[in-house]
Amino acid sequence: MSNVADTIHDAGTAYVRKKKRGALAEVLFRLRKSPLAMFGLCVILLLIFVAIFADLLAPYPYQKQNLAHMFETPSKQFLLGTDEFGRDILSRLIYGARISLQVGFIAVGIALVVGGMLGAVAGYYSGWIDNGIMRVMDVLLSIPQTLLAIAIAAALGPGLFNLMIAVGISAVPNYARIVRGSVLSIREMEFIEAARAVGSSDLRIILKHIIPNSMAPIIVQSTLGVASAILNAAGLSFIGLGIQPPYPEWGAMLSGGRQYIRDYPHLTLYPGLVIMFTILALNFLGDGLRDALDPKLKR
Amino acid sequence: MIRYIIRRVLFLIPVLIGVAFCVFTLLYLTPGDPARMILGDMATEGAIQEFRAKEGLDKPFLLQFGHYIYKAVTQGDIGRSYITKRPVMHEIMTVFPATLKLSAFAIVVAILIGLPCGILSAIKQYSIFDTITMIFAMVGLSMPVFWLGLLLILYFSVYLRWLPSSGFDTFKAMILPSLALSAQSISMITRMTRSSMLEVVRADYIRTARSKGQKESVVIWIHALHNALIPVVTLCGLQFGHLLAGAILTESIFAIPGVGRLMVESIKMRDYPMVQGGVLFVAVAFSVVNLLVDLVYAYIDPRIKAQYK
Amino acid sequence: MDANTQNNLLLEIQDLTIQYITDAGTVHAVENLNLHLGHGETLGFVGETGAGKTTTALGIMRLIPSPPGVVKSGKIIFEGQNLLEKSEPEMRAIRGGKIAMIFQDPMTSLNPVMTVDKQIAEMIKLHKNVGEAESLKLAGDMLELVGIRRERMHDYPHQFSGGMKQRVVIAIALACDPGLLIADEPTTALDVTIQAQVLELMKKLKQQFDASMILITHDLGIVADICDKVAIMYAGRVVEYADKRALYSNPVHPYTIGLFNSVPDLDDDKEALNVIPGLMPDPMDLPAGCTFHPRCTCAAEQCSKTKPAMIDVGNGHFAACPIRAKALGAA
Repeated sequence: MSNVADTIHDAGTAYVRKKKRGALAEVLFRLRKSPLAMFGLCVILLLIFVAIFADLLAPYPYQKQNLAHMFETPSKQFLLGTDEFGRDILSRLIYGARISLQVGFIAVGIALVVGGMLGAVAGYYSGWIDNGIMRVMDVLLSIPQTLLAIAIAAALGPGLFNLMIAVGISAVPNYARIVRGSVLSIREMEFIEAARAVGSSDLRIILKHIIPNSMAPIIVQSTLGVASAILNAAGLSFIGLGIQPPYPEWGAMLSGGRQYIRDYPHLTLYPGLVIMFTILALNFLGDGLRDALDPKLKR
Repeated sequence: MIRYIIRRVLFLIPVLIGVAFCVFTLLYLTPGDPARMILGDMATEGAIQEFRAKEGLDKPFLLQFGHYIYKAVTQGDIGRSYITKRPVMHEIMTVFPATLKLSAFAIVVAILIGLPCGILSAIKQYSIFDTITMIFAMVGLSMPVFWLGLLLILYFSVYLRWLPSSGFDTFKAMILPSLALSAQSISMITRMTRSSMLEVVRADYIRTARSKGQKESVVIWIHALHNALIPVVTLCGLQFGHLLAGAILTESIFAIPGVGRLMVESIKMRDYPMVQGGVLFVAVAFSVVNLLVDLVYAYIDPRIKAQYK
Repeated sequence: MDANTQNNLLLEIQDLTIQYITDAGTVHAVENLNLHLGHGETLGFVGETGAGKTTTALGIMRLIPSPPGVVKSGKIIFEGQNLLEKSEPEMRAIRGGKIAMIFQDPMTSLNPVMTVDKQIAEMIKLHKNVGEAESLKLAGDMLELVGIRRERMHDYPHQFSGGMKQRVVIAIALACDPGLLIADEPTTALDVTIQAQVLELMKKLKQQFDASMILITHDLGIVADICDKVAIMYAGRVVEYADKRALYSNPVHPYTIGLFNSVPDLDDDKEALNVIPGLMPDPMDLPAGCTFHPRCTCAAEQCSKTKPAMIDVGNGHFAACPIRAKALGAA
């Protein structure tokens, strides 16, 4: 009996091992085949680099006004021109990357931690806990996300930190739902049964087994989530609820340049382009990751 | 079917109360004393105390919430503007038609463009049309509404002078705002239709239809499309809700007197009851739209209809 | 092959090779496959999952998804004409009209948003010159024929159980009286008790409609029950082809023998099942020579070098194993 089982088992593992690269390497390998996703990844890495080294890269400080050079179109001195206070637009965009990326990543971090925990608990325990949590999420989901962010931001008042909270909290239900969904499907699998049988605690099972196994949809949602968080934050700043002047948030820059659009369109053109390319890059990356992580597409 | 409708309507009630609770709590937590805001800085301490007692503002939080719900349900009273001193509901109802018109126009545009693009993309998967459509959809998805609106104004109003940059009275004036607002929805509907079609086309029952000797055109347009549209209908409903919210930004760019612009103005003037009333109103409209979509959904998907016969 | 069988021949597959060309490599789904089927015969098509049975069936229907599927070579001669040379409109008249197919999973093979009578009527309207009302009436007749009450004809698929759905699928397949019925594991997705009913129904209707049938399965019991001839498939190739009786009483190919041995025997009180060691090869990377040789107990050096041809070991019993054929004195 045993040697037959062993034969099958050996053959099986050999078969699997031959195909298996590391999980990360496998994803990267498949991501490389999508040029758009790679483009997205490069743009994001470039932006992160710019945000970190903004002090070194920016030709001028972001708040430096130069009233002798107001509304200048792009020139050698000011590569992307200057705004209504004669501030260098390029420098402001570079510092703006810092703010926008911070808002995007931290807001998603907040949403992920809060939503992820709620979703994991709801999915793992089911019953009335699940019911209670998910009904609250239903309520939050019945308010469109932008609107929820506006409502929270209006209550909290303007400021970078409040902006992150508002954008983050408004995205919580999305993560709660995704995590709950994958927990529900994983919970019934046999290796969880096995872990329970050997006496692992609930917390250990959630942290060690369930969360790692529901990573794929979470990674995809987070990537796309950073995009929508940046977009939402820019929208809030645009209507005056987010970052206040003189901080160079991209949406606030757009908002500031708006009244001069007929005569000096470059004030709104460049911040808009930067926002669009950032979001585009994140969306391409998110889409590529979804395809790369989707087990259905594995051969 | 009747039972299904009743069930869905009843299910809406706790959700709406929940939404009202969120909105009320946010308003409660907002800094500033409502009594002082309404009566103005010149009011005496006595007058403020009297007003607080009269309006129940000195009661515990939950009682205040109960009172708020009671007034909202029985009198449609969701507070009074700090600035104009008029009832919030009245102010919103005057401007809501414009928002509804804008959103409805935008969703129609989105469906008329998104659906055919998605279907053609799926049928001609990997073709040049498909690639270009998908890149456009991605750009549309990544374009901030407010920036697109400004670009459209810049090109069509300032540069070409073809279309007006503000207002919402004429058909011509509606074109730019609807286009700006619907860009994201067009992209979403295109992408969803395409992926839904691609998934359905691989389904076993499509193979069955082919094995009957059915023409490819009938297989796609009759068998595949009906099934593929089921999730798209849900998406359209969700999008309509997001359009109501997106209208906030669009209205403020195109100077359209709608709920959105009212809210943005109120935010600037810290007229919080107005802001929260607007949020509540849009959330209710969103829920009602979703309810209607669910009913349509049940109509086109016999599996759901049958559960509630 | 004598003149008599030649006249009686309904379907003949010659040297059929089908590949799926993917980024990761070429899947050799079907390799140099030869088969023939006479009028009124039932051929059992047996093999493990992934052996290429379904691909062969879809190949006959010309429904191989392309890309990635490509028919590399071969002929599929049905009623004297090569299906691979037919135009798409000609092929549409044959699909459903002359060759009908029953699929594996009844849960997913019916359109969920169309009532079942319409799905049957669709088939009838395509191949018979009848109007809407007449086609729906005929659809009702077909439902009664497969044992479903006429009143239920306006129901949707989800209102039927799995076995009932498969009856509907059978009704669709037989609606236009096809000469050849291809059933791809028609009972695999069903409960055992329902399996028997559905098989019994198929057997009965096959007789009634005087159709030939290719029954794809991995269940040797089902083959014994309804088939006349059996083809055993392994890794894209037919390794043995014979009369049911000849094959069951005297299996020749080592793989066939392994299959029979792995069926548990109640009389034989052994602890372990007789399992064929190893796994089926990766279809992207088939072994050279005989694809079965790495798992074969009687493999010789030549087996890893030359592809074995089908050898007649007597009375139309073919096996692709020169070693065994020699041992039986038929080389």
